[in-house]
Amino acid sequence: MKQLPLQSYALHLLIILALFLVQFLLPAYHYGNLTRIMVYAVLAIGYNVLYGYTGLMSLGHAMFFAAGAYGAGLSVHWLGFGPIAAFASGIGAAFLVSILTGIVVLRVSGVAFLIVTLMLAQAAFLATLYFNSITLGDQGIVITLRPIEIAGTSLQLSDPVVKYNTALVAFALALLFSLWLLRSPIGRILIAIRENEARTRLLGYNTFLYRFAALVISGTMSGLAGALYCLLFAYVGSSFASLQYSTLPLLYTLLGGTGVTLGPLAGTAIMYYLIDISSEFTSSYMIIVGAALLIITLWFPDGIAGRARRLIGRGTA
Amino acid sequence: MITAPALLLALMEGAVGAAVLALTALGLSLVFGVMRVINIAHGEFVMLGAIIAWWCSAELLGAHPVLGFLFALLVAPLLVGLVALAADWLVLRRINYDPERTILATMGLLYIIQQSVLLLYGPDARPVEPPFYFRVQLPWFGYSGYKLIVIALALALLGATWLVLSKSRIGLYMRATRLDAETAQAFGVPVRRIYAIVFALGAMLAAVSGVLIAPMRQAHYLMGTDPLLLSFIVVIVGGLGNLRGTLLAALLIGLGDGMISVLFSPTLAKMIATLLVALVLIVRPGGLTREGAS
Repeated sequence: MKQLPLQSYALHLLIILALFLVQFLLPAYHYGNLTRIMVYAVLAIGYNVLYGYTGLMSLGHAMFFAAGAYGAGLSVHWLGFGPIAAFASGIGAAFLVSILTGIVVLRVSGVAFLIVTLMLAQAAFLATLYFNSITLGDQGIVITLRPIEIAGTSLQLSDPVVKYNTALVAFALALLFSLWLLRSPIGRILIAIRENEARTRLLGYNTFLYRFAALVISGTMSGLAGALYCLLFAYVGSSFASLQYSTLPLLYTLLGGTGVTLGPLAGTAIMYYLIDISSEFTSSYMIIVGAALLIITLWFPDGIAGRARRLIGRGTA
Repeated sequence: MITAPALLLALMEGAVGAAVLALTALGLSLVFGVMRVINIAHGEFVMLGAIIAWWCSAELLGAHPVLGFLFALLVAPLLVGLVALAADWLVLRRINYDPERTILATMGLLYIIQQSVLLLYGPDARPVEPPFYFRVQLPWFGYSGYKLIVIALALALLGATWLVLSKSRIGLYMRATRLDAETAQAFGVPVRRIYAIVFALGAMLAAVSGVLIAPMRQAHYLMGTDPLLLSFIVVIVGGLGNLRGTLLAALLIGLGDGMISVLFSPTLAKMIATLLVALVLIVRPGGLTREGAS
């Protein structure tokens, strides 16, 4: 059953409104958590564009996330950029890295795509360690930001309220963009590529260009999340480029349900709290990530939103 | 300025690296070739091997270190092989070896193994005593005899694997499954059992290389990522599932990685190797593979 576009937009706007309203109710601890969840959800939404819609599974999104984070963080630390200029330079860096990566990885498909993305991301991680005179490697950089001056008022990004609402705006834009993309002719072709690339090519579409576009959009959005994370939490370090940041968006997307616009938010929120709770008990909390991956693979290949959608019998995709 | 002694040393280190890498990558390549499974947890099997080597040498403290080493060479592949059998039986078989889902499953396995080791063994890197201390006199310097024995052992194991693959009945079954699993099954090859054996064999090869590198480096719960990255590079350059290509690529990449590691830096070596693969992919879309891109 096909949902009316209006209904679908209304549902998404309702969720954004709910996220806006809960900030007046939440205790400080969960307030901070939700801020992080929304930033990570932008990363997952970006990931979903490539995996959920286009069907390309990447194990290298840490590279894009880190490109955004370093693009923003390094320009603040070494060049004294303000928050907005730094944000733009983070997105620009991720955009560039996405294009360069696309040129290489789209030469291959299937499992080779996966291996090559993982390989490039590991090399990027090593690069952040190797150039530690610039990146300060493992230790990372704690950045100090100037306030943003808008219309006479100055906004300090370290203020929790500013943080939350900045993350909310970014999340809302990313969500609505992904919804629009999915419903646009481009999105339809991406889905066609996921379902059967050869047939789509036969219909006369240049599938390489569409896959390339999907990769660049996905990478740039993930980089936006990285830049935002760096600016809001005033830190960038080589852990941002580690395998963990490639695994997490994949897991968020899978848990929420691939190809579902609201899936990434659901998956991110659940996984975030699972990791948060288990990290109170043990330093080996990443074991929960492994367990979740196995459980999803074995028993819930459609994820939560995917299963809910099947139960309700109507789709957003 | 690179001097002749430095060059010889780099060459030796490169040869050791190539020998160990060949073992690790052969395991990965075998599993992919026969089962079409990309094992993301392959590096963790190397790490488990190294951790078991540490445990053996600590258990047998006071006895001659050679005993601990030999014990580890026996126990590590056995235990890791059992872990792999369990993973095959509990997970891979249940998802019917579906390529995409096995990747997720082995990724889950990666975290479970790595974090379990962190839980039980702790975050410290611990040194493992090498079994031999004798040095072989080369021109300019004396070289660790242990490392030469590593090369010999790795070569022997590669030869043994080749013998099993080409001469034994089980090797014949493996090759048949690799070419066409369905037809092989129709001819009475127990494909499921072959899958289990191959997955265990791949893990055992990784475990042995873990035991071999433990005395040269240290045993640490995060040490699985470097072998994984290098093995991936090797299987991409050599052609996915192509065993001869794997060995050739392992020689090339291992030698290059070892030499650049000694002359410049290990991190730089891995970056250069990755960029090289990226270049290869640009120049030859689809990689150097014959049967690669699925």
